Amino acid sequence: MKRRRWPLLGMLVFGYAFLYVPIVLLIVYSFNESRLVTVWSGFSTRWYAELLRNQQLLDAAWLSVRIAATNATLAVVLGTLAANALVRHPRFRGRAGFELLLTAPLVMPDVIIGLSLLLLFVAMQQGIGWPAGRGFTTITIAHITFSMAYVAVVVRARLSQLDRSLEEAAMDLGARPLGVYRMITLPLIAPALLSGWLLAFTLSLDDLVIASFVAGPGSTTLPMVIYSSVRMGVSPQINALATLIVLLVALAVIVAGLSMRQRR
Amino acid sequence: MALPQPSRPAATQVLSRLVNIGIPYLWLGLFFLLPFVIVLQISLAEPALAQPPYTPLWQWIEDGLLQIQLNLQNFLLVGEDSLYLSAFLNSLQVALISTLLCLLLGYPMAYAIATAPERLRVVLLMLIILPFWTSFLIRVYAWIGILKSNGLLNDFLIWLGLIDSPLTILHTQTAVYIGVVYSYLPFMILPLYANLTRLDHGLLEAAADLGCRPFCGFMRVTLPLSMAGIVAGSMLVFIPVVGEFVIPDLLGGPQSLMVGKLLWTEFFSNKDWPLASALAIVMLALLVIPFVMMQRWQQRMEGGRP
Repeated sequence: MKRRRWPLLGMLVFGYAFLYVPIVLLIVYSFNESRLVTVWSGFSTRWYAELLRNQQLLDAAWLSVRIAATNATLAVVLGTLAANALVRHPRFRGRAGFELLLTAPLVMPDVIIGLSLLLLFVAMQQGIGWPAGRGFTTITIAHITFSMAYVAVVVRARLSQLDRSLEEAAMDLGARPLGVYRMITLPLIAPALLSGWLLAFTLSLDDLVIASFVAGPGSTTLPMVIYSSVRMGVSPQINALATLIVLLVALAVIVAGLSMRQRR
Repeated sequence: MALPQPSRPAATQVLSRLVNIGIPYLWLGLFFLLPFVIVLQISLAEPALAQPPYTPLWQWIEDGLLQIQLNLQNFLLVGEDSLYLSAFLNSLQVALISTLLCLLLGYPMAYAIATAPERLRVVLLMLIILPFWTSFLIRVYAWIGILKSNGLLNDFLIWLGLIDSPLTILHTQTAVYIGVVYSYLPFMILPLYANLTRLDHGLLEAAADLGCRPFCGFMRVTLPLSMAGIVAGSMLVFIPVVGEFVIPDLLGGPQSLMVGKLLWTEFFSNKDWPLASALAIVMLALLVIPFVMMQRWQQRMEGGRP
């Protein structure tokens, strides 16, 4: 049995190397002194310093963070409602359609979502005058629409594993349903809400295509700045930025993982 | 009153339905379903030098006379022009081959993780999910530095003495495959893993007792039982890759034209909104079958039946 696992193990090592070598190289070369990203000429943190002086990039990052946070908060609310619907109401009219609408955003190509939402916003502006212009609001609405589907997947998994006896006990003791949900259910699914929030946050922070369609002239998000600078060629500043993002994400995932473990 | 008062639980039940089902339904209907209707409508319009840049489908001419103009030109163009046809075929080919490559690499990985010792499993799984959380754009960008002609891969191969002059990989179809498999591998592994951990190992033992060698056990027990995971993972890769924009744009070259990129160009460079909409509609029509397949197998997976 031991010997048979070798090819499998080799595949595993290859797979993880494939996934991680590019990220590691990205981080290593962010400390490279040379402007040529692939020629090592000595350790330096100058690209980090330049990054912090790049006002256009900082503005875009701040806009992206505000959009991501608003998106994540609203997506958690909507996604949790949808998960409640699917787990707590096994039968309702239009359930198949509901599930379809909730799965489709997970796989729908970004260009289709982006184009269709832009056309909707244009039509709405013509018809009812809202949203006037495009920017923060339209990007946030677009992001909520696909993020809530991801949140629903995460919360639904947790909610369907939940032991209902605690809720029933609280009901027996005379608690109102809403009170039970707030005092018992929400704390029990809190880890899923947290990871749903973080997932929605990073999905929004990462989106280039949909935001490009629904953004207005004055609203440039971080991925748009990264994209236009990448199109000009490889730049060590982007490596520095990538390193910061990877570190931030690793930290967030570890925090989320630890909080999950504690709750259990 | 003759009718009995509705009891409190029943009333909250109604309220719960209204809030939990109604609000998300309304949101998705307005911001996900309705836009497709508008895309279909605009795909039938003509481009115009106006704001927004297309002709209205209907307008009132004289009193009370409604004129409706439907323009099928965009769809005819998509069907006839070899540029669009080859872009669609190329997208489908890239999506199909990358799905197979993801399956070839992802299945053994998911199997190895699922059969690893319990404590190791959590870490291994976490390592699969982690790249998914870091910026997709930046991970694609990382490959530019690796694949370009004076990049790290060529330097490494020359240093090893395997090649004398650098290979051209960046801006070819190969680079697109590498980028797609790299970005979408976690989407393949996660459903496969979820499926394989629930595999009943007693069945494999029974097969072995009946004289089925390990390979035969895999082919006749494990593989059929993990079909739901295979289909779910494959569709999670195939469907979005058909419309992928970032990877063909940054890593691909002129010969690796894909629909996602074409739609982007029609919209942003040529400002032809109706044609972009027609491309979106054709793409949607192509994706309906894989999507229905995914829905069906996913329900099977959730229903507990493997």
